[in-house]
Amino acid sequence: MDKENRIWQWAAHIMMIVLSLACVLPFVLLFMASITDESSIVKHGYTLFPSVLSLDAYDYLWKQSDQIFHAYGVTILVTAVGTAASLIMTSLLAYPLSRKDLPGGQVIAFIVFFTLLFNGGLVPTYLVYTQIFHLKNTIFALLVPWLLMNGFNVLLMRTFFSTTIPTAVLESASIDGAGEFRTYFRVVLPLSAPILATVGMFQALGYWNDWNNGLVFVTNPDLFSLQNVLNRIMSDIQFLTSNSRMGTSQALAQLPSETFRMAIAVIGVIPILIVYPFFQKYFVKGMTIGAVKG
Amino acid sequence: MTNIAHRNKRRRLRRFIPLYIMLLPGLAYLAINNYMPLFGLSIAFKDINFRKGIWHSDWIGFQNFEYLFKTSDAWIITRNTLLYNAVFIVLGLAMAVAVAILLNEIKNRFASRLYQSVIILPFLISIILVSYLVYAMLSMDTGFINKTVLPALGLDPINWYNEPKYWPYILTIVNLWKGTGYSCIVFLAAIIGIDPEYYEAAKLDGASKWMQIRKITIPMITPVIIMLTLLGIGRIFYSDFGLFYQVPMNSGALFSTTNVIDTYVFRGLMQLGDIGMSSAAGFYQSLVGFVLVLISNYVVRKINKENALF
Repeated sequence: MDKENRIWQWAAHIMMIVLSLACVLPFVLLFMASITDESSIVKHGYTLFPSVLSLDAYDYLWKQSDQIFHAYGVTILVTAVGTAASLIMTSLLAYPLSRKDLPGGQVIAFIVFFTLLFNGGLVPTYLVYTQIFHLKNTIFALLVPWLLMNGFNVLLMRTFFSTTIPTAVLESASIDGAGEFRTYFRVVLPLSAPILATVGMFQALGYWNDWNNGLVFVTNPDLFSLQNVLNRIMSDIQFLTSNSRMGTSQALAQLPSETFRMAIAVIGVIPILIVYPFFQKYFVKGMTIGAVKG
Repeated sequence: MTNIAHRNKRRRLRRFIPLYIMLLPGLAYLAINNYMPLFGLSIAFKDINFRKGIWHSDWIGFQNFEYLFKTSDAWIITRNTLLYNAVFIVLGLAMAVAVAILLNEIKNRFASRLYQSVIILPFLISIILVSYLVYAMLSMDTGFINKTVLPALGLDPINWYNEPKYWPYILTIVNLWKGTGYSCIVFLAAIIGIDPEYYEAAKLDGASKWMQIRKITIPMITPVIIMLTLLGIGRIFYSDFGLFYQVPMNSGALFSTTNVIDTYVFRGLMQLGDIGMSSAAGFYQSLVGFVLVLISNYVVRKINKENALF
C-alpha cells in the first residue's frame, strides 16, 4: 500500500513538473530572446541558452518609449475606470434582482438573462456603436462594450447576494431607518467583498488583456492600448518608428526587429506576473465560485 | 375600502422606487449593448447600400444567405468551427480531469500550490501574447522549433505559417496549453468536495489507487463533466476569435484550416467590407447558437435541475 502511494506521488510530481515546464518554458524563451544579440538570433534563432547577450532591444525600447508609455497609460486608465464602473453597474443591477420581494423582478431577471443566450453578433453591434453612438476612435469604445460582460457577472453576484446576505440583516437596516441606497452601500457591499473581488478581478483581467475593442473600434494610435500596440508591432514592426518623433529611416536602420518584438512582449507580460501572486488566493476561490454556475 | 387598498398598493410600490432606480443604469446598458443590435440582425436580409444608409437599404429576402451557402466558405467555416470545438471539448475535459486527479494526489501542499499557479499562467495572458509565444516557437527563420528542435532530429525546417495541414494540431495544443490550468481547478474543487470516507472505505477493502479513481473519483465528478460538456456544446457555434485570428497571424495561406465563423464574420466586416455576407453568417451563427443553447440546457435540466441555466 505504502509503496503504491509512493509510486503515485512520484508519478504525479513528474507529470506536474513536465506540465509546469511546458507552461513556463515559452515565457523563458521569450525573455531569453529579448536579451539576445540580434545577429545571434539571426544565426541561431530563439534559444533558451543564447550565446551572445545584449540589451539593445531594451535600449531601443527605452528610446522609443513614448508610444509604449502612452499605451500603458491607456491600458491602466481603461482597466481602472472600466473595472470600477462595471463593478458599480453590475452590483446595482444584481442587488435589486436578489430581492425576492421586488415586483417584476422575475421579468427583469429574464431580460438580463436572455442576453446570455442570444445576441446580434459582431456586425449589428459594430453598426450600433459606430453609426448611432459614434464611439469609433474614442476612449469609450475601449470601455463600454465590456461593462457587463453579457450579464454573466450579474447572475453570479445575484446568487451571492441572495445566498449569503440574510434577509434579517436587510430588514433590521430598514427598521433602523436606512433607505435602500444606504442599505446597499453600508450593509450589502461591505458584506460582499469576496464576490466583488472575484468579479472585479475577472473584469480587470478582461480589460487589461482586451485587444478586440481596439482592433474593431480604434484606428487612432493615440488610443491604442498595450495589447493593440503589441498586435500592431507583430504585423508591422515599423509601426512604432513611424509613430515616433525620430527620423524614420534612421530609426529603422538600427532597429533590432526580432529581439525587439520579444522585448516588447516581455514588458507586456510582466505586469501580470507581478500582480498575479497577490491575487492568486482570490483568483482560485473566484474560479470555483464561478464554476458552480456555468 | 378599495381606495385604501389601492393606496396601500401604491405606497408599497413606492417603497421599491429606489431599487428600480438602481436597476436603471444596467438595464439601459443592456438595451444599448444587447437589445439594439438585435434589430440590426435585419441587415442580413438587406442589400446594404451606403448611399441609402444602412437602416434604409432595400430588403432582399434570403439572397445574402443564398450567396453565402453557395460559396465553399460556408461549408469550411461550419466544419472548422464544429470540429475544433468538438476536439477542444473532448481533449480539454480529459486533460483537465487528468491533471486535477494528479494534483489531488500530491500531498505536499506547497508543491501543489506551486504547480497550480504555474499551470494557470497561460490563462492569464492575452491571446496577443500567446501569438508572440507561438511565433517564437514557429517563426520560419528564427523559431525555436525550426532552429533547435528540427535540426536536432535531423529534419528540414518547416514554413509553419504557410502550411495549413499543421494548424489543427497547433491550435489544439495552444488551446489546451491556455485553458487546462483554469478548467483543472474547477475539477479540483469538485474532487476536494468528495467525502473522504469513500476513500477510507475503499482502502479498507483493499482497492488500489487506480481502482479508487475509476470507481469513486470519476463517478463523483461525472455531473460536473457532463455539465461542462453540455455547456461546451451549447457554445459550439462560437469560437475563441483571438485563437483563430491572432495565433495564425491572420495568414491567408492557412484559411482552409483556421477560418471559423467568428473570423469569417470579422474579415467580412472589417477587411472585405462585405457586410451582406458577413451579417448573413453572423445571423446563421446567432440563430443556430441559440437553438443549441436551448437544447443543451433542456438536456441539463433533464439530468440535474440544479445545474440548468434556466
